[in-house]
Amino acid sequence: MTQTLEPIAANLWTNEADPALIGGQLPSGKFVFPYPSGDAAEGVEPVRLSRKGTLWSWTRQDFQPKEPYEGPDPFVPFLLGYVELPGEVIVETRIVVAVLEDLSLGMPMEFVVAPFDGARSTYAFRPEKA
Amino acid sequence: MEEVYIIGAGIHPFGRTDGRSGRDQGVFAVRQAMADAGIEWTDVGCAYGGSAAAGSADIMVNELGLTGLPFINVSNGCATGGSALASARNAIAAGEFDVALAVGFDKHPRGAFNAKPKDYGLPEWYGQTGMMLTTQFFALKIQRYMQLYGISRETLGRVAEKAFRNGVHADHAWRRSPVDLDTILNSTMVNDPLTKYMFCAPAEGAVALILASGKKVRELGADAVKIASVAVRTRPPGSFEVFAPSIDVDNGGKPTVLASRAAFEQAGIGPDDISVAQLQDTESGAEIMHMAENGFCEDGDQELWLREGRTEIGGKLPVNTDGGCLACGEPIGASGLRQVYENTVQLRGRGGGRQVPNAPKTAYSHVYGAPGLSGVAILER
Repeated sequence: MTQTLEPIAANLWTNEADPALIGGQLPSGKFVFPYPSGDAAEGVEPVRLSRKGTLWSWTRQDFQPKEPYEGPDPFVPFLLGYVELPGEVIVETRIVVAVLEDLSLGMPMEFVVAPFDGARSTYAFRPEKA
Repeated sequence: MEEVYIIGAGIHPFGRTDGRSGRDQGVFAVRQAMADAGIEWTDVGCAYGGSAAAGSADIMVNELGLTGLPFINVSNGCATGGSALASARNAIAAGEFDVALAVGFDKHPRGAFNAKPKDYGLPEWYGQTGMMLTTQFFALKIQRYMQLYGISRETLGRVAEKAFRNGVHADHAWRRSPVDLDTILNSTMVNDPLTKYMFCAPAEGAVALILASGKKVRELGADAVKIASVAVRTRPPGSFEVFAPSIDVDNGGKPTVLASRAAFEQAGIGPDDISVAQLQDTESGAEIMHMAENGFCEDGDQELWLREGRTEIGGKLPVNTDGGCLACGEPIGASGLRQVYENTVQLRGRGGGRQVPNAPKTAYSHVYGAPGLSGVAILER
């Protein structure tokens, strides 16, 4: 289903069978996400980030955010958090295929492309399949 | 360097005041501070002030008087008040002026702050997908902290319970009724683990402080409180801040730790020497974490501290004696100066029902905000 959806923004993740986030590696060796734009991109190498990581923190968005939020109306609460991609960077992300009670510090997570609304997809992580 | 003192403190009640602009609330606070100090506007040598959402401070000269004084607008987010205080103090410490004003005021629309990605150099999708909310940051920071250091939800609730209990005795507070622990824990969830009563709300209000040199204090015979130190610091590498699509894997640096250490060093004292503290409590978790970041306890000790009531008015280290942001609300430009106002009240022994017992001698204030900055001021009697 997600194949028919348009990504919420270009160049956030790779266009391939097993997609992954596109980050940047700074001249210092440090990783960032997303890949910077404008002058900030100078000297930053695009990198395909790891598809697997561990849960660093999480919460649930229980109220409808004001604009610029563009999610489905009526509002549906969603999970989000940070996933640590070992040796690379800790990325903020939606969390899907889980409920709040499932989540715990350090649990293995994997990258997925998930529906955002009827027309668009966004990136997310889900608990790794056993 | 000249010693610098606070000789006058004024506050416009926090909360909602329909029909009075943020700046007019600022003028109200300035007049109250001048009356408290026993001075006239013509005595003020220079002024620093600002707001985040209620316009420029220097226009106040229309109401206060066209004395020709230099009036510097400060626009430093949550540290607007702290930066105004630091600047006013430096002007006197340098010997250029004998009397200076620091003023902060604000008036925000109701509901959570909604930031624009572009204003923070962030891509549009970050806001569109619902990840650009300050409340989420606070929840994400305390969620991890609770897992790492064994902090319970009940402890989060106790922080809010204390705030509302203290706010009852503060004339300037917005929320002035106690709320019991069960109500706090079972109120609407905003961002797990933080419920509605654990969050402060954007609000209105103003604070003004009159600073003076030692010479002026003696001349006026003022009821003065010494500014032992002021430090404002921005974030170090690897810190975890609001609106961060990614965080460095080598993380842990904190602007609060930098500001706190600098302020203690300048003052020549340590956390154990402090009698009362006002710590940024945008939500319950912030107060918990800031207790440790400012050096008052070890990570995880807050669980015991709150259970034993060590941060209550009569405890070892009373924290947020006027109910903090939780009871007063957060007018960004005024919030940091409210903490210094409250410390001035406490050191002068004018706290009434919320007065810290046994004549406190030292008071600590800490403000924190986006995009990762912290301001600390230490006062001494």
